Amino acid sequence: MREMTYAQAINEALRESMQQDERVVLLGEDIGCYGGVFQVTAGLQAEFGPERVVDTPISEAGFVGASVGAALTGMRPVTEIMFIDFTTCCMDMIVNQMAKMHYMFGGRGKVPMVLRTNIGAGRGTAAQHSQSFYAIFMHIPGLIVAAPATPYDAKGLMIEAIQNDNPVIFVEHKKLYNEKGTVPPEVYRIPFGQADIKLEGGDVTIVATHAMVQRALNAAREAAEENIAVEVIDPRTLVPLDKTCILESVKKTGRLIVADEGHRTCGAAAEIAAVVAEEAIYYLKAPIKRVASPDTPVPFSPPLEQAFIPDEKKLLAAIRTLMDYA
Amino acid sequence: MKQEKEALLALYKMMLKIRLFEDRIVDLYARGEVPGLAHLYIGEEAVAAGVCAELRADDYITSTHRGHGHVIAKGAELKPMMAELYGKKNGYCKGKGGSMHIADMEIGILGANGIAGGGLPIAVGAGWSARWRQTDQVAVCFFGDDASNNGTFHESLNLASLHQLPVIFVCENNLYGISTCQVQHQPISDIAIRSTSYNMPGVVVDGNDVLDVHQAAVKAIKRARAGEGPTLIECKTYRWRGHHEGDPNQGDRYRSKEEIRAWKEKDPIERFAATLVSQRTTTRKQLAAFEKALVSEIDAAVEFARQSAFPAIDELFEDVFTH
Repeated sequence: MREMTYAQAINEALRESMQQDERVVLLGEDIGCYGGVFQVTAGLQAEFGPERVVDTPISEAGFVGASVGAALTGMRPVTEIMFIDFTTCCMDMIVNQMAKMHYMFGGRGKVPMVLRTNIGAGRGTAAQHSQSFYAIFMHIPGLIVAAPATPYDAKGLMIEAIQNDNPVIFVEHKKLYNEKGTVPPEVYRIPFGQADIKLEGGDVTIVATHAMVQRALNAAREAAEENIAVEVIDPRTLVPLDKTCILESVKKTGRLIVADEGHRTCGAAAEIAAVVAEEAIYYLKAPIKRVASPDTPVPFSPPLEQAFIPDEKKLLAAIRTLMDYA
Repeated sequence: MKQEKEALLALYKMMLKIRLFEDRIVDLYARGEVPGLAHLYIGEEAVAAGVCAELRADDYITSTHRGHGHVIAKGAELKPMMAELYGKKNGYCKGKGGSMHIADMEIGILGANGIAGGGLPIAVGAGWSARWRQTDQVAVCFFGDDASNNGTFHESLNLASLHQLPVIFVCENNLYGISTCQVQHQPISDIAIRSTSYNMPGVVVDGNDVLDVHQAAVKAIKRARAGEGPTLIECKTYRWRGHHEGDPNQGDRYRSKEEIRAWKEKDPIERFAATLVSQRTTTRKQLAAFEKALVSEIDAAVEFARQSAFPAIDELFEDVFTH
């Protein structure tokens, strides 16, 4: 089967969508001849022209708001915010406009747009280019929040996001862009709200997002040597969340770790932990553990940044702690 | 000539319709019949009427928190509008939006907007959309004087001019951002001069003269449809009521009664009536007949709203997402 990177998989989803549907246009900073800072849109302006792949000024509120207006009037914009950190510059357009219009207009008008952005520390880019605060968008009713962890999921979720009539925050992970995986060449959609069980096991459930999925699989391999069978679940979308899959797994294993790169307080991990606490607490044999980023800004210095990132070591420690409970 | 007469009378009737609608809200609000916030447009009717008279049904507008005039002028029906203000199920937004969020995509109303400056980028996107879809639709963005201090003003005018998009920026300079008067919120008196920074035409018009507004709109809309890019029109006007119904004594904490009285003497509706009558386009008798018909229409809208049901509680959960 054909392999490609996560960035190439998203690129292919965009290309195929633009070939199929003239309403799909791309907007963002440096996405045209430069190809995007992570090369996700490489070659698309050459193929579709500068009218459909628009290099915008550094003007997030302007071009995100314009995307909302275009989506309301029959287009399907896919708009890039270079780093999630920069979404703060257009928060009104996301929170008060894009997310709310369908509801506050009583169902009149749809906003079928995709806001692409990325999260993740580990590139030495410090506090304003490395954040993972996408849980903010889970808190805003009306937004789909997609979080692909593999090239296969990235392509299928992007095609779904473009064809879906709701506004989607499509959260990519910058450390995954060069990771390879198998990707079918045809157009396929991964429905929102369907988790994927990446590894089956009966002792501990790890619900992991983005780069934490691979880290959880690595930790699971080490845990297997200690005869601990870890189940790894990737929700793939945080809104909607596949609660059924997560609860079924927890009911089976009785132990839950939630692994997510957002900050610990009010992050995706906190929300998933709360869902399990509310709906499956009597199945738990041990307390729920969050393996998340600490409540500090992302530091620059490499050893500090490494200490900031939740990794396999932290996951293994959490697994062992939970296995101490009978 | 007859056509011209009809057009003039239509402008008058539209201004009067807005005025009478808003007058009725004053009364209903005081009685506690209309919940929430109501930001009234009384005194500014010439702007909405003058601009929207030149728009087609498939053209777009974005409106503001003070939006009743814009949406009525763009063709909104009074019954579902009034029902929406009451929070009723058969209102424009099924009771979910209220006064600040009237929308109807079918007639190009992309929503009144509760965020000052929020509508500007959305109008740019609607204009961009017309370009992408290769239509000759235009988008009009209404906003206030103080919204011109928001970053979205700069970002939107920059984008629209850069791409020569069919957008008309209509600034309603009513001299106040809530309680803060223009001299306290910006170091200029003519907001239109800001157009220079974006290399687009900017014009100042008497916002209480419906013909002056209309003439500027005709030119800007023609330009936009022809693909020649955006225009900034600044309409000098004044709101007679406070920022919202409930603003004590129509804003006497921050403005004088003399100031309000002076502006009322420039009433856009009475001024236009006097012109029409003196030019023998119409008679006072005919104008009174218009008023009577409009009052009946508003009576019917109020009755419709009163008789309408509130949304069922389950509807709280509907339309968060579309399926």
